[in-house]
Amino acid sequence: MIAWFSDPTHWTGSDGVFALVIQHLIYSGVALFFACLIGLPIGLYVGHTGRGVVLIAGLANALRSLPSLGLIVLLVILFGPVFASDMAFIVPSIIVLVLLAVPPIMSGTYAGVAAVDPAAVDAARGMGKRPLDILFDVELPCALPLIFSGLRSATLQIISTATIAAYVSLGGLGRLIIDGRAQNDYYQMAAGAVLVGALALLVDLAIGILSRLTVSPGLTRRL
Amino acid sequence: MRFDWLYRESGRIAELFLWHLGLSVIPVVIGLLLALPLGWLAQRAGFFRSTLLGAAGLLYTIPSLALFVLLPLVLGTRILDPMNVVVALTVYALALLVRTVSDGLESVPPDVIQAANAMGYRRLPRLFVVELPLAVPVIAAGLRVAVVSNVSIVSVAALIGTPQLGLLFTQGLQLRFLTPIIAGIVLCVLLAALLDGLVLFAAKRMTPWQPGGAER
Amino acid sequence: MITFDTVSKHYRGQTVAVDKLSLTAPTGKLTIFVGPSGCGKTTSLRMVNRLIAPSSGRILLDGEPTDTMDVAVLRRKIGYVIQNAGLFPHRTVVQNIATTARLNGTPKDQALRIAHDLLERVGLSSAFANRYPWQLSGGQQQRVGVARALASDPKFMLMDEPFSAVDPVVRGQLQDEFLRLQRDIGKTIIMVTHDIDEALKLGDQVVVLRTGGTLAQVATPQELLARPADDFVADFIGRDRGYRVLGFAEFAKGGVPLGAEPTATLGATPETLRQIATDRWVLVTDPLNRPLGWADVDSLKGPLRDGDLNLSGTLAVEGSSLRHVLDAVLSSPSGRGVIVGQSGELMGTVTLSHVAEAIEAARTGRLGTQP
Ligand SMILES: Nc1ncnc2c1ncn2[C@@H]1O[C@H](COP(=O)(O)OP(=O)(O)O)[C@@H](O)[C@H]1O
Ligand SMILES: [Mg+2]
Repeated sequence: MIAWFSDPTHWTGSDGVFALVIQHLIYSGVALFFACLIGLPIGLYVGHTGRGVVLIAGLANALRSLPSLGLIVLLVILFGPVFASDMAFIVPSIIVLVLLAVPPIMSGTYAGVAAVDPAAVDAARGMGKRPLDILFDVELPCALPLIFSGLRSATLQIISTATIAAYVSLGGLGRLIIDGRAQNDYYQMAAGAVLVGALALLVDLAIGILSRLTVSPGLTRRL
Repeated sequence: MRFDWLYRESGRIAELFLWHLGLSVIPVVIGLLLALPLGWLAQRAGFFRSTLLGAAGLLYTIPSLALFVLLPLVLGTRILDPMNVVVALTVYALALLVRTVSDGLESVPPDVIQAANAMGYRRLPRLFVVELPLAVPVIAAGLRVAVVSNVSIVSVAALIGTPQLGLLFTQGLQLRFLTPIIAGIVLCVLLAALLDGLVLFAAKRMTPWQPGGAER
Repeated sequence: MITFDTVSKHYRGQTVAVDKLSLTAPTGKLTIFVGPSGCGKTTSLRMVNRLIAPSSGRILLDGEPTDTMDVAVLRRKIGYVIQNAGLFPHRTVVQNIATTARLNGTPKDQALRIAHDLLERVGLSSAFANRYPWQLSGGQQQRVGVARALASDPKFMLMDEPFSAVDPVVRGQLQDEFLRLQRDIGKTIIMVTHDIDEALKLGDQVVVLRTGGTLAQVATPQELLARPADDFVADFIGRDRGYRVLGFAEFAKGGVPLGAEPTATLGATPETLRQIATDRWVLVTDPLNRPLGWADVDSLKGPLRDGDLNLSGTLAVEGSSLRHVLDAVLSSPSGRGVIVGQSGELMGTVTLSHVAEAIEAARTGRLGTQP
């Protein structure tokens, strides 16, 4: 495997490690963006109003039990013919990534907002803060720790599932594993696995740092 | 949906279903058995807590396909060996459940522990008679997550050829044929619901003192 | 002035939380709502800043009806303090305090300056300025809560059980400090409590509510003790009414004649003490003539030491109410109550019969002014 890594031709070029990492990050980033776009507002709304709690809990449970590989394959066959060229597998894959990432973001955000000290919210209302100010000045910052933990699970889920989506031709580090398997090249598979694991750990670390920078020490109780 | 195909293949599908069942359940059971002592160690704060929970978090970060591929390097197995999948899923279940068990023990009210001490319980009897039973609701909640996500992760092992329902997905894609894919998804969801219900039921039976059973 | 004009609140058409409440909380005074749990105190209070909408009736601020005001603007005019402070956990202490000033449009640095000043006024050192709420005790959090309500310098304040969540010692301190503060700032305040002693201690005017949200009595604390409107109020005020009434201003400076008291200092021999003594007990003072305790001449073996002192007697500060003076007498082993000056120096002692005469005089004087 060390031999595999020390071969410079494996690193550069359109199917080299660098290109695959970039692809993996782009697909994951796009999916995470859309998942946040959907999950955050719903979580904030449900947490703020207390309406729809049962609904999102049920939805999160149901989505968790869906097999991601089956879902990707299903969507590729169903929607593949609708799109031209690479979009035939990119769009279905991204949809599945988003679908899997929404529940943790949504539940984390909801749980975070619901757990905000009711006395603090009451005080904010009593002093004359308007509803949106309460949401963005009090509820959102206080919910950040749980929002970040939801974001973290969602991101790991995305990176993991994006690897699997290489099976339906999606680019990214999963290519090394799937192609390695097809070519009976175990070292290429193992290299891909190591790289995916490393990528996941690094992204996890980055989110951890981001959360340290944005969450108030008043909440983490860390000085 | 081609029901005649389903009928013709029902024997093989049943076999895959049983494989799937085994691959989903066995790792969680082993994971739980290992997680109980480790979670207990972790809950007793200090060095063990940060190390164990840190290691668990790290393991949980590794994508499933990567773990399936890397385990032969560690275990010396062949890539097609189902053992890889069992070990990988045990690792996930363990990583999740160590935290759950430690949280569960943490959730036991300190008053209760003090009362047990005052009655003269030693540490181990207290653990089995008082703490673990009271930790069941939290542990059960974690167990449900572990079981349900395991059912989904097992199907990924189809990519390295392990027999289970995931093979219906790869077959469906190769044949551009929806029937096995839909059948696979439905069976996966059913299996997840079944196992989830089982854990829920068992937890309710074990916590008759809880209003509304194990759901919190 | 806050006016309730036949205000009622029904929940889901069923529970009557507040029933046709009409009363006025006068400008610059502290009005206290008191009553048993569930009698509608919180509901009444929260209808003032419209956190709860009245089912019928109107509430007016200085004669202006609140129901037509913009609700956020209304709330910004009114300071609001709640039981568990409700501080923002993600903001530091000064940031918390500055919030209300910022909401009312004060520029940021000025708001922070106000916050720093207020920190001292509520009895917290500037070392607390940049701490987070979790680093504060319950009593300290409550002080910050009061400071936060004051930062916008509102004319009106609403306080819901502000001192209930802290232990009795801290509660006493917070009450005393708050009384002092209110003497300076003179806000129009409505405070809710379930604790009749707190109501009698703090209130300029006490509003007693009964279960079902009806008004039982509105009166000054003295009137309440002297003339409870009915059995419910009398019961609610509880025992010791006659004794507690001695705590009010009209019983202050009762003109109890002070007797001279011979004193000794630590180290005095039993012989010296016996010479000074008028009976078994001799008052012992420090070199600055501040009372330390009583020495029992009969049981003294050697020179007088710290451990020989009986410390049971309370001290009444000169000019304090007859309640304190009487307590000083009753708690003193010699039967003579010790009266001290403002800086703790001995002024003299009083006897029970003199206090009794003063109480009698004050009582008849008070009865004399009764219509
Ligand atoms: N949101 C609500 N819905 C229904 N009933 C309520 C609600 N809030 C308060 N109540 C009822 O109204 C009555 C007065 O409550 P409250 O004003 O909180 O009493 P207090 O503050 O004097 O203890 C109580 O009987 C209480 O149960
Ligand atoms: Mg109340």
